[in-house]
Amino acid sequence: MSQKLVDRLRAEFGERILETGSQHGDESVVVAPADLPDVAAHLKGREACELLLDVVGVDRSELPGHRDDPERFEVVYNLRSLSRNHRLLVKVRAPEGRDVPSLAGLYRSADWAEREVYDLYGVRFRGHPDLRRILCHHEFEGHALRKDYPIERGQFLSAPEKLIQDHEIERAAHRADDSRGAVLPSDLLTVNIGPSHPATHGALRAEVLLDGETIVEARTEIGYLHRCFEKEAEDHTWAQVMPYTDRLNYVSAMLNNCVYCAAVEKLLDAEIPPRARVVRVIVSELSRIIDHLVCVCANLVDLGALTNYWYFYNVREGLYYDVIEPLCGSRLTTNFTRIGGLGYDVFEGFETAIERNLVKLETAIGEVTGLVARNRIFLDRTVGVGAMTPEQALDWGFTGPCLRATGLAYDVRKHAPYDGYETYDFDVPVGTAGDTRDRIMVRIEEMRQSARIIRQALGRGLPAGPILADDPRFALPPKEKVYGSIEGVMNQFKLIMEGARVPAGEAYGFGEGGNGELGFYCVSDGGGRPYRVKVRPPCFPIFSAFGEMVKGLMIPDAVAILGSINIIAGELDR
Amino acid sequence: MQVMTDLFARIFGDGLSSLGLLVAGGLTMALIMALVMASCAIVFTWAERKVAGFIQSRYGPMRVGRWHGVLQPVADMVKILGKEDIVPRDADKPLFMLAPFVIFVGSLMAWAAIPFAPGFIAADLDLGLFYIFAVSSAATIGILMAGWASNNKWSLYGAARGAAQAVSYEIPLALACIPVVMITGSLNMNDIVIAQQGGIWRWHFLHDPFLFVAFLLYFVASIAEVNRGPFDLPETESELVAGYHTEYTGMRFAFFFLAEYANLFLVSCVATAVFLGGWQPLFGPVFLPGLVFVIKAVLLVLLQMWLRWTLPRLRVDQLMHVCWKVMVPLALVCVLGAGIWMLATGQAG
Repeated sequence: MSQKLVDRLRAEFGERILETGSQHGDESVVVAPADLPDVAAHLKGREACELLLDVVGVDRSELPGHRDDPERFEVVYNLRSLSRNHRLLVKVRAPEGRDVPSLAGLYRSADWAEREVYDLYGVRFRGHPDLRRILCHHEFEGHALRKDYPIERGQFLSAPEKLIQDHEIERAAHRADDSRGAVLPSDLLTVNIGPSHPATHGALRAEVLLDGETIVEARTEIGYLHRCFEKEAEDHTWAQVMPYTDRLNYVSAMLNNCVYCAAVEKLLDAEIPPRARVVRVIVSELSRIIDHLVCVCANLVDLGALTNYWYFYNVREGLYYDVIEPLCGSRLTTNFTRIGGLGYDVFEGFETAIERNLVKLETAIGEVTGLVARNRIFLDRTVGVGAMTPEQALDWGFTGPCLRATGLAYDVRKHAPYDGYETYDFDVPVGTAGDTRDRIMVRIEEMRQSARIIRQALGRGLPAGPILADDPRFALPPKEKVYGSIEGVMNQFKLIMEGARVPAGEAYGFGEGGNGELGFYCVSDGGGRPYRVKVRPPCFPIFSAFGEMVKGLMIPDAVAILGSINIIAGELDR
Repeated sequence: MQVMTDLFARIFGDGLSSLGLLVAGGLTMALIMALVMASCAIVFTWAERKVAGFIQSRYGPMRVGRWHGVLQPVADMVKILGKEDIVPRDADKPLFMLAPFVIFVGSLMAWAAIPFAPGFIAADLDLGLFYIFAVSSAATIGILMAGWASNNKWSLYGAARGAAQAVSYEIPLALACIPVVMITGSLNMNDIVIAQQGGIWRWHFLHDPFLFVAFLLYFVASIAEVNRGPFDLPETESELVAGYHTEYTGMRFAFFFLAEYANLFLVSCVATAVFLGGWQPLFGPVFLPGLVFVIKAVLLVLLQMWLRWTLPRLRVDQLMHVCWKVMVPLALVCVLGAGIWMLATGQAG
């Protein structure tokens, strides 16, 4: 199907499609920067590519075969059609100092994504409405992900950024005039919600302009938790990146482990053993349950329904202590999977421990829905608050529960099944209004569906066999071999010291994360370390819409919305 | 206060003039009230944590004092005494320092007119009910002072919300008590309790359907009046950080805390006296009146705690909506209905 899309594009644009490529099942086309708006508009309008997932920058200056290429930077637009279920990577290449036309007018999700490319690579986007740094501090000098930026070069930065300027306050006052008499700029008050505020779970900042309690203008700033994940990844071997993925969405670390492995395995064309596949599905769904538990309970706390927190948190702790910790030795930073399989096999009593906790989960869901589902105050606080239409949600790049709450049943597990998800029987719950209540209810129902998947997987029995592929290219040999043979020692030594040699190429590995589509766009130069790893964090595009979502609402609404879109600063800022 | 002056008269015989008796009796009574207030606040902080723990499937304090952490409030008090007293540099210092005491004194004064038992009332005022509403409004000034003087935007928002809420909910609160005043023909708290003599069916909340509704209105409005969940908008931790007491530490913060629990008990005591028969037992003759009164009030407090840990919080505009568009009209209907009921049943004088 995707192949046909590329052919249709060739037929439409002819010579203007400079190159087409297909690697590991990812179709791509290369166009000249000047043609990008036309091609993207065609793809959006005629080929139903409604969703711009991510914009990836690549500095090719050290990529073999491109060292002397004048077109140093590559910008990859990751497009997806939900209705026709095809996907395409559109690439443009630009030399140092040359602009690329911005797609922010076409897709709102391009706004922040292009800012990130600008911030980290210095590629300028022509026509971008607000081309500022996003992850790095506004005083930061240089562009951190360029290959010539030394990883150890730190900078001392301190001045906070004023997000809403004085002239904007005047303009906002002018706009607010119509509704109720004259509003003077001095009637408006700027307030910082965050970076340290009880409702910003993690370090986020929103500067809001308030008329009474009503939010007239809201600007968000992120990057407080930026830990240079992508730069660090380029400095470590493929296997060493694994513990760093734990810290992305630290609420559901196992999901990150699984999806990162899937991306690297895609580059390696590696098959993982059936036992590892089933265990990955089980731990992924457990992580999804934990992710949703934490999101919903924290959201309810923000709404003042504190008691629900314990009903859900007790279950979460049960899952951690009874299942996750015995499985990998820690609760949050799991580091559980390995390229080609798993790090550890399941423990004795794995099935019963899970079943025991799933029963508790169902009780807790019953208790919480009993407390809130038909509670008048809860409904007054959530129905219609932060409502998104499906079109708006797609425009902003929403995926996951926030998109499904609007009524679009898009789920990677159904649209592009991996790890055998096609063999499990589960439903994709959707909402109707896309408001805060729907987001909460979709998450609650998804927990039930995840429990269903886990029960099916356990019911079939775990397949016997190894948990790690027997492939010396990337999988560590068993200890007997290491201690018993020179080949084993050498294999171990090379894999640890130099890393698994991943064939040159690029691949976008993705899966359904707790909060939406989680993806890793990996580029390899054939060495033991990633040339480029780009995370597609689900909450990055979602949070970019926050400023627009809260306009005209009140502070309590903003807090309710912020909780319901489940922003995890670890993956937002990387 | 009569009890105290009688007691002193008995002890000292004619050794004290009537003025001396009045002063001695008044001071003793004030001391007792302050102690009752402080101790009930301390007991309720512990009770709140145990109730919350029970509702939230956890234990609450368990360590200090061997049995279920009974000495936890004492440990907390000691700890809070040792905390640094921080006054923000740009705060309005006199107002900032005074605010907690204004709130505390406001609720302390209201205690004077609570009839715990026959004769056991600090000030047996003819305008007792009116007096209670009047002096408990003083807390609003304290909230505004705290919020304004802190020089913090969140505090200011908390104070504005607190003032708006207190001023609004006082209206249904007072309106709900008017039918009772109509029936008893008195604002004197003692008279109101005595009018309910003769078992539960004589208690005011069962007097007629309108009074039952008025009791519910009073109960809801009183929760809002003391800023507790689901009406805890002035101090919403998830929205306004901590509302008007964001900048307070140590003992000054403790005074806010103490006043909150004292107020909680106060509104329950008023409800007990006005609607639930005061010290009158369920049936039969008056028996341990003080204990009966306290049990009723404590049950109301527990009910408020139960609600707090069950319900989500309202939004600030919904709060005003509930007050002005639902509770005030309903309270007016209750006043009218109770009047008609009195005419119809021939109780009107």
